[in-house]
Amino acid sequence: MNSMDRMAAVAATEFRLAFRNRWVLLSTLAFTLFALALAFLGSGPSGALKADALTLTAASLSTLTVYLVPLMALLVSYDSIAGEIERGTLALVLATPLKRGELVVAKFLGHLAVLAMAIAIGYGIAGAVIAGVHGADDAGLVAWGRLLVTAVLLGAVFIALGMALSSLPRQAGTAAALAIGAWLILVVLYDLALLGAVIVDQGGMFTKTVFPALVLANPGDAFRLYNLALIEANAPIAGLDGLARTLPFPVSSAFVVLVLWLFAGLAVAWALTRRIRP
Amino acid sequence: MTDAILTVEELTIRFGAVTALDGVSLSVAPGERVALLGHNGAGKSTLFKTVLGFLQPAGGRLSIVDAAPGSNVARRAVSYLPEQVVFPKALTGAEVLTHFARLKGVAPKAALPLLEVVGIADAAGRAVGTYSKGMRQRLCLAQALIGTPRLLLLDEPTSGLDPISRREFYTVLEASARAGTAVLLSSHSLSEIENRIDRIAILAKGQLRAEGSLADLSRGAGLPIRIHVEAAEGRVEAVHAHLGGERVNGRSVVLTCRAEDKVGALTSLAALGSDVTDIDIALPDLDDVYRHYSVPIVEGAAQ
Repeated sequence: MNSMDRMAAVAATEFRLAFRNRWVLLSTLAFTLFALALAFLGSGPSGALKADALTLTAASLSTLTVYLVPLMALLVSYDSIAGEIERGTLALVLATPLKRGELVVAKFLGHLAVLAMAIAIGYGIAGAVIAGVHGADDAGLVAWGRLLVTAVLLGAVFIALGMALSSLPRQAGTAAALAIGAWLILVVLYDLALLGAVIVDQGGMFTKTVFPALVLANPGDAFRLYNLALIEANAPIAGLDGLARTLPFPVSSAFVVLVLWLFAGLAVAWALTRRIRP
Repeated sequence: MTDAILTVEELTIRFGAVTALDGVSLSVAPGERVALLGHNGAGKSTLFKTVLGFLQPAGGRLSIVDAAPGSNVARRAVSYLPEQVVFPKALTGAEVLTHFARLKGVAPKAALPLLEVVGIADAAGRAVGTYSKGMRQRLCLAQALIGTPRLLLLDEPTSGLDPISRREFYTVLEASARAGTAVLLSSHSLSEIENRIDRIAILAKGQLRAEGSLADLSRGAGLPIRIHVEAAEGRVEAVHAHLGGERVNGRSVVLTCRAEDKVGALTSLAALGSDVTDIDIALPDLDDVYRHYSVPIVEGAAQ
């Protein structure tokens, strides 16, 4: 049980630090405000549609989540290894019986607890307010719950990636630059490149065969695909018609992709920390 | 098979083409305090990192309580105080200590009294960010003392400490050594460790140049001992005629002799009886000895 106690100590300290430096407060506020803004300022609620306000906001929030959650996840994790090398505490920590694998997993769990709490509180408050104002049906509650759970999973993927990137350089500043670069490439530029390719291809072979696979391979797109396809399957929304039916693979494969990314990220982080000479 | 806590045999460490440690042999017994001296880049930190299992030897052997460095047994036996460490500013001293106690499998309740030992119990509930440099170093020492380690590795532990903190630091160290902890510390400050360690090892350019007590090293260096003899009123001529040496300031004679001639010199001094009013013996200090063993090599390398 020594191993569990060591990991609990590391995770608890990460959690405590996130509280002390107000990271929890700031990220919770950000999640709450963005979700509420989409619900009340955006095109969300409209009496003309069959779907309820919660379902509609879940659909638009899933698109925003793709940008916001990876950014927050990378912000909480980029410092985890490189920062400790820079401050000299990694040598101290690794001189104790703590194993490197234990360190990676414990830090991951500590960061995930922080992020999951911020998402749960932020989206929870927003969901409750929307349901209170516009009312909610079962499909809306399911869509909101699914969004919340998969947002945490998406966050877990990017925490693992942030830790892997943090194991490469010896300076926290370099790790921060790598994290921002990863966010730009995976979340912004990837989609732009795909969009460009589809336009150039004009409905040719690329669009029919390669494109769906490339969309599925990206964790952010997989997250969005999973949420939108399942929302649309239960409550048709204008603009998403037939999304689930046109997919050349089952919707659940998008969830599997997220889980694969998570384990790949953790494995790479662990492999990279093994090479570090603190 | 050996009763030493730390045994280093013919250890060689390479970083690419650079040889950081070259055939170094050293051992530290329980309760023994050994100081590792050397210029920047002599290999002191490299040796520590190898003891911690962070670096793989290119040659030679190294064992801690007969276990391999980095193994569970070795990690439980060793405590480390790095040269540079910055604890998270938002944590309190007590929280930092609790964190490391749990990592080492020691009950936090048993570790917290160490804050008293190093003299920062009053600041236990304050954030580390408000600590002075000396207090942070004391917290670092408290961290290293958790769980009464069998081997303490201290990398330049007193750099940046004021003289009083420094003395208290060595008092704590002495108590640990008396309880059976083997201590290996590195330092630049030669004079401060003179009477506070049992053995000295001098590293230069990755090689062990000398090892032994200060007296052993002084003898080996062949540096002269100075005996300052104060003569009675009007007897300085007689004293000088009898002893030789050099006359200074009207009443004194200064003798220089080799360590092995010291007893002979004192015997002839005793024969002078009441002609001599005072004797002061100055042994070569650590700075002299250290310079003798390490400076020629560094200068040679620079050419």
